[in-house]
Amino acid sequence: MNKSYPALAALALAFCATTASADKIKFDYWYGLSGDLGETLAETCNRFNASQDKYEAVCTGYDGYELVVQSAIAAFRAGKAPTILQSFDAGTADLMMSGEFYPVQKMMADFGIEIDWANYFPGIANYYASSKGELFSMPFNSSTAVMYYNAADLEKAGVKAPTTWEEFEAALKAVKAADPARCGLGYEPSVWVDLEQFSAIHNIGIASNNNGYDGLDTQFTYNTTLHVKHMENIQRWINEGLAEMKTPAGGMGSQDAFAQNICTFMFGSIASHSSVHLKAVDGLSWDVAMLPIYEGNTRHNSVVGGASLWVLSGKSEEEYRGAAEYMKFLATAESEKWWVSNTGYIPVTKSAFEQLTAEGFYSAAPYKGREVALQSLTFTEPGPLTRGYRLGSMIQTRAEWKSEVEAALAGQKTMQEALDTAVERSNAMLAKFAKTYEGKTLP
Amino acid sequence: MRRAYFKNNWVAALMVAPQLLIIFIFFYWPTSQALYWAFTLEQPWGGGNTWVGFDNFSAILTDDLYWYSVQVSVIYAIGSTVLAVGMALILAVFVDRQLRGFKAYKIGMIWPYAIAAPAVGLAFRFIFNPGAGIMLYINQVFPGLWDPISNGNHAMAMVVIAGAWKQVAYNFIFFLAGLQSIPRSLLEAGAMDGARVLRRMRDIQLPLLTPTFFFVLVINITDSFTDSFGIVDTMTGGGPARATNLMVFKIFNDGFQGLDYSGAAAQSIILTILVVSLTFVQFRYIERKVHYT
Repeated sequence: MNKSYPALAALALAFCATTASADKIKFDYWYGLSGDLGETLAETCNRFNASQDKYEAVCTGYDGYELVVQSAIAAFRAGKAPTILQSFDAGTADLMMSGEFYPVQKMMADFGIEIDWANYFPGIANYYASSKGELFSMPFNSSTAVMYYNAADLEKAGVKAPTTWEEFEAALKAVKAADPARCGLGYEPSVWVDLEQFSAIHNIGIASNNNGYDGLDTQFTYNTTLHVKHMENIQRWINEGLAEMKTPAGGMGSQDAFAQNICTFMFGSIASHSSVHLKAVDGLSWDVAMLPIYEGNTRHNSVVGGASLWVLSGKSEEEYRGAAEYMKFLATAESEKWWVSNTGYIPVTKSAFEQLTAEGFYSAAPYKGREVALQSLTFTEPGPLTRGYRLGSMIQTRAEWKSEVEAALAGQKTMQEALDTAVERSNAMLAKFAKTYEGKTLP
Repeated sequence: MRRAYFKNNWVAALMVAPQLLIIFIFFYWPTSQALYWAFTLEQPWGGGNTWVGFDNFSAILTDDLYWYSVQVSVIYAIGSTVLAVGMALILAVFVDRQLRGFKAYKIGMIWPYAIAAPAVGLAFRFIFNPGAGIMLYINQVFPGLWDPISNGNHAMAMVVIAGAWKQVAYNFIFFLAGLQSIPRSLLEAGAMDGARVLRRMRDIQLPLLTPTFFFVLVINITDSFTDSFGIVDTMTGGGPARATNLMVFKIFNDGFQGLDYSGAAAQSIILTILVVSLTFVQFRYIERKVHYT
């Protein structure tokens, strides 16, 4: 009797726990982060659920943003969509045009939850806001592109971390001169870094209508800008042996090549900062810096990458209230700090950033260097050409760029021809997108 | 011969109904949806669509890169089928001759078919990595000999080999079964007449194997058009510069990743027509030369 008593008690307790959780109002939350980052995200759900006795977030992870958006669309069409969806930049235009969402700023106001929206970095908030400035989705995991460099290599070659592309080329040559067998730049074509971030910091557009913000009849223009010269330079560096292609299809991506001390430079998201730390071989001495710019240009802010949280339409009031509570939970400085220190992402509010800086978060390894991303993102106030991109069929037009650049790098055509073709084909896709949403305008 | 049949047709209908229902739900219904989407511009999040007639088809059929994708798919189909059928035939003949260790070898040969395509892709990506392992040594001796990252032909060869490797196992089983069903007495009679191994193979075994050969050919070609997705997705992602952008991969990419549901639906209709007509041609013209004993 004595023996079974604790077991009974445990059973009774378990019963209480299940009834308690059954009483909780559940809402679905689907996210696209996978691997370590996905587990960290799942942990935010657990933390939220532990802090709550009324609402419960049921979180489901998918392997990548494309997949989660695609699954959410299928579920939405069947009337089984999640309440919260983590969607990425390229999915923004379709979601905005569909109108099937509950603007997060409106939702928080409807439920009387006070959020200081001015506290959000404008570069981040603008990307997810309507043309009138109403925030549509909740900024969450945010990043921007930076330059990763091997400090030991640069010291050996006797150069400083380059801030312009001219210095960058000189640094590549110096590194090569110091060690001819060294891979200077491990290059992986990235439309996000080479075109979108590059154009923003130079304050040049990639498409008409202020990068698509002012209407659906947009055309790409990047085959006529400084971008062409930049891509030609990269091609030349590869031909001269200063840069090497490092792609996953070739067995090793640029990030691995950098972390394994094979290449001196790589370009990528600040979100890779923690991955590089984890993968770095012993004794790798590295740091990050803002993307270089071409001489004679004034630096502007870079644009935000990553994803934000959308609240989809067609859910019950109760579920929306739960979602609002979750957003409120995420918006606390404490949650933000927890998220930032467990991933490579950057804080999205000014106060969290200031608090972290004051606590010395950014002055020691492994977090040192991540403040560079915020410096880049907030370098200037976002202008018409640097607030982001509002373009339809973005996944496909990005793929066009990549395929054409690959063709040029393989020597099948010149870079100018490749970019001309990419623009022409992408414009056809934009026209099709506009026709799909004929008679509608971007909110 | 006495035939067994149901007296009551309703009972028969009831028996087939579950199967028909499954086919309807998982085949005819989605196909009809795709057909409808192919003639409209469908908004991904719902919210309506516009009827555009044959616009989607004409946009696809006038697109050079679509035809390039068709060309690439045909190369893949021919390459992987020839390789898979050829290798399987040779291996099956060896096993049939009961060379030393053939039992262990027979089981080993069947395994690859049980491996999922993405796993095959990952394994071959590792094997063909130009910067590590065996290919690195070869590249050090002959610089630039193997470069699937930027050379489209190399990437295609890589995908063809991986696809064929997976398919060899399947073909092998059928060839072996076909060879073993050939009466031994025929071979023995041939041997007594003085025909040697290769002669017996050419004049007795291969002609008797044609039905199997034909079946395997149809399955392989169909399979290479529709089932190559997993390998391409993990190995090359359609690149470099679209060199391995097979039709089925392009459909996935445009539709599910690019959210161009209508364009992808039109492409899948074209692919269906292509596969059906290819199979028709095979039955119509090649089957005539096949003799079922």
